Amino acid sequence: MIADALAAASLLEGLAALLVLAGAAFCLVAAIGVLRFEDVFMRLHASTKAGTLGAGLVMLGAALTLDGAGASARAAGVMAFLLLTAPVSAHVIARAAYLAGAALSRATWIDQRAALTDGEDAGAEAAADRGTDG
Amino acid sequence: MSLLVLSAEAASWIVLIAALITTARLVLGPGVSDRAVALDLLTALVAAFAGLRALVTDIDAYLDVAAALALVGFLGTLAFARFIAKRGPRPGEFEKRARLRLRKRS
Repeated sequence: MIADALAAASLLEGLAALLVLAGAAFCLVAAIGVLRFEDVFMRLHASTKAGTLGAGLVMLGAALTLDGAGASARAAGVMAFLLLTAPVSAHVIARAAYLAGAALSRATWIDQRAALTDGEDAGAEAAADRGTDG
Repeated sequence: MSLLVLSAEAASWIVLIAALITTARLVLGPGVSDRAVALDLLTALVAAFAGLRALVTDIDAYLDVAAALALVGFLGTLAFARFIAKRGPRPGEFEKRARLRLRKRS
């Protein structure tokens, strides 16, 4: 069955199949990273980079091979939207987690934001953050 | 069954396993922000799964599902992060972080 499929496939289809499988593999790596890393900030690395790349590759493979310009454009639009919003949501979650005092992993050596605010001010900054919105 | 449909079928199983693993992190926590990260990844994974379904079944409507999920997932993440930041530090958590840092220095 696989040999027949290989003989019949065009170059574009082969490329899309490769993209889709690579994207799925990146999705799996992202999920494993989110499960196994130690603190929120490390988990964000896995979810925001590997996860976005995986979903983006899958949507790119779909955009290359779907019938009709409308379907391809929608798939490409989803890919572009994912690529645009992933950094924003990662930044927002990381900032909120830090202000809420999420514990750092013991493997973390440097806390540059604590060096800037000298640790104690982080709570006051969170309160100010609440106040501006309140 | 073409090569593309075959690999899309395999890829959707892989993405499904990834979503299950992410759900484990969603259940385990331990903090609210861990769950926010897991939810963020989960929406991206389900959007990818919808795209793969569009490839397998050749139904365009799955792409609308993916687009709507990506949009709602982003807005949900923003709202979740606002909630976490507004709630502020939980009692005791800042002291815990300071202790961890001190242990590293000594």
